[in-house]
Amino acid sequence: MAEELPRREFLRIEKLVKTFGGNQVVKGVDLSFDKGEFVSLLGPSGCGKTTILRMIAGFERPDSGRILVEGKDISGLAPNQRKIGMVFQAYALFPNMNVADNIGFGLKIAAMPKPEREARVEEMLKLIGLSGYGKRYPFELSGGQQQRVALARALAPSPRMLLLDEPLSALDAKIRVSLREQIRQIQRELGITTVFVTHDQEEALSISDRIVVLNTGNVEQFGQPFEIYNRPQTRFVATFVGTLNTLNATVADAGAKTVSLGGTTVTIPALPATARNGEAVALTMRPEAVSLANGTARDIVLDGKVAEVSFLGSVIRLKVDLGDNAVNLDTFNDQRTPPPAHGAPVRIGIASSDVLVLER
Amino acid sequence: MKSGKLWSWIIFGLGAAYFLVPLLATFEFSLRIRREGYTFDAYTSVFSDGRFQASFSYSLIVGVCAIVIGLLIVVPAAYYVRLRAPHLRPIIEFITLLPLIIPAIILVFGYIRMYNTSSPLPLLGTNLGTDILLTLAYVALALPYMYRAVDTGLRTIDVQTLTEAANILGANQATIIARVIFPNIIVAVLSGAFLTLAIVIGEFTIASLLNRQVFGVYMQNVGANRAFEPAALAVISFVITWGAMGMIQLLARFAPKTARRD
Ligand SMILES: Nc1ncnc2c1ncn2[C@@H]1O[C@H](COP(=O)(O)OP(=O)(O)OP(=O)(O)O)[C@@H](O)[C@H]1O
Ligand SMILES: [Mg+2]
Repeated sequence: MAEELPRREFLRIEKLVKTFGGNQVVKGVDLSFDKGEFVSLLGPSGCGKTTILRMIAGFERPDSGRILVEGKDISGLAPNQRKIGMVFQAYALFPNMNVADNIGFGLKIAAMPKPEREARVEEMLKLIGLSGYGKRYPFELSGGQQQRVALARALAPSPRMLLLDEPLSALDAKIRVSLREQIRQIQRELGITTVFVTHDQEEALSISDRIVVLNTGNVEQFGQPFEIYNRPQTRFVATFVGTLNTLNATVADAGAKTVSLGGTTVTIPALPATARNGEAVALTMRPEAVSLANGTARDIVLDGKVAEVSFLGSVIRLKVDLGDNAVNLDTFNDQRTPPPAHGAPVRIGIASSDVLVLER
Repeated sequence: MKSGKLWSWIIFGLGAAYFLVPLLATFEFSLRIRREGYTFDAYTSVFSDGRFQASFSYSLIVGVCAIVIGLLIVVPAAYYVRLRAPHLRPIIEFITLLPLIIPAIILVFGYIRMYNTSSPLPLLGTNLGTDILLTLAYVALALPYMYRAVDTGLRTIDVQTLTEAANILGANQATIIARVIFPNIIVAVLSGAFLTLAIVIGEFTIASLLNRQVFGVYMQNVGANRAFEPAALAVISFVITWGAMGMIQLLARFAPKTARRD
């Protein structure tokens, strides 16, 4: 894990606030990113992801708060003085320039001599796997190729940080997956601190070192993908990231951490100390924490009927009706046994240690 | 179906005739300077006239200066309005329309009052000053066309994203306009330029009241004193205007190579 490496803070955001016409869209955000880290800003549309990114880039001025890069406040710097690379959702390649001139634009502005510049452009073309495409114009490239050129253009002047605002959302699913892996690989190779904005939780989980989950201008949780997924700290994170089962239960004995669930009494270690007897609580768990109880040692066992069967390839997702509750669960596609039929009675097992009790 | 198509052709033919017949008649008349038959003598006489060459090149120079000055004002202004102050657009559009609303004669009397020899800025006292004033008057006259052409060009590109992309790569405002925005609206800019040229080449009122020997004034002079040469001149000025329009079309044809966006 990354903990073994010495952590070095690179970007620090302090009490950042931004208001648009009386509407506060960033509400006092505090964050600290390490050098070389790949961080995703994840959240639903309108939660302020782009606004935070644009304040880092210098396109928006914060109402209050500070942005520090390696300890220095960059608030006073114009975007063209910040030495930051940025990739936009809409590619934003210069249509009048060919690929090589697009990539070389930042170098030309920095007055890099021509031979060096050409060498650097070649190097970048190789990095993005588009050697030989230098003479083409943007309109002669596919969306994925254009976005790779945009990445190369952002990286060519060796910026100290890379910002990407939903760079993949205009592309189709296959390319999206391969390109995000390519972006991640290039980022690792260069060791450049990267902030990646997305509203796609799968994308964020798959490529980030750490994820910032945002909701209506607030940081809900900041942590590594497995923490965000397995130990969501708020109801919002739990429901926004991944699929979540919610079972309604009643507290039986708060002191003994037991609840009554569908007629049986079970022990829930995660029951908060603040719970009171007779109170309704929501027990949540991931689909993969629920299994068909054919002999497996799970301490919560419930009976129900198969309500839905979705075949997802290597995994089959079942929806099981438990009377007053329903759960989704995943089972592996075992080619020798057919999946349970619709309406068939099943018994499910849940490990009580996988159950979370969410605060409202 | 068929008769519908026939009718549209008939209407097209009538429309075309309405424009072309007078033009052809003028052309035919311009060739009849000699009794013996058709000759191009009227054209030869026009082209060899020193005053034609002088007035035409003067108009051309003033036109080109007006275009350059106009672009230096209009491109940054239209760009800025689109990028930073879109709420000002209706106001700016109204201002650029003023030269169409206010007759040129009022403009020129205003100039004569403002810049006469006893004024604080006596531009009309010298030849160069008057040339400058005429050029600026043409800049104003061309404003509605220039602004609209440039604004249309800006509409075809994503001004904000391109600006930000260039900005974060280190470019300042002037560089962004010169290297990123301008090359992408060059076709629109040129069509505005040719429109301006066409207007300047035919302009009469302002130049004549400022006592400048422009092409329009020369045409008027010749028209008052000769018979066949004015017809030849009319044809020549048509060819110039149409040439300018043709150039706009031609440029638009070449545009996709560089200016097409995904
Ligand atoms: N320039 C602006 N003027 C006024 N309101 C704005 C401006 N930019 C953003 N907003 C508002 O601020 C809020 C946050 O916008 P932002 O673009 O940061 O969201 P986002 O998280 O990036 O969403 P999305 O996923 O849709 O891109 C939205 O309600 C948006 O309407
Ligand atoms: Mg956004």
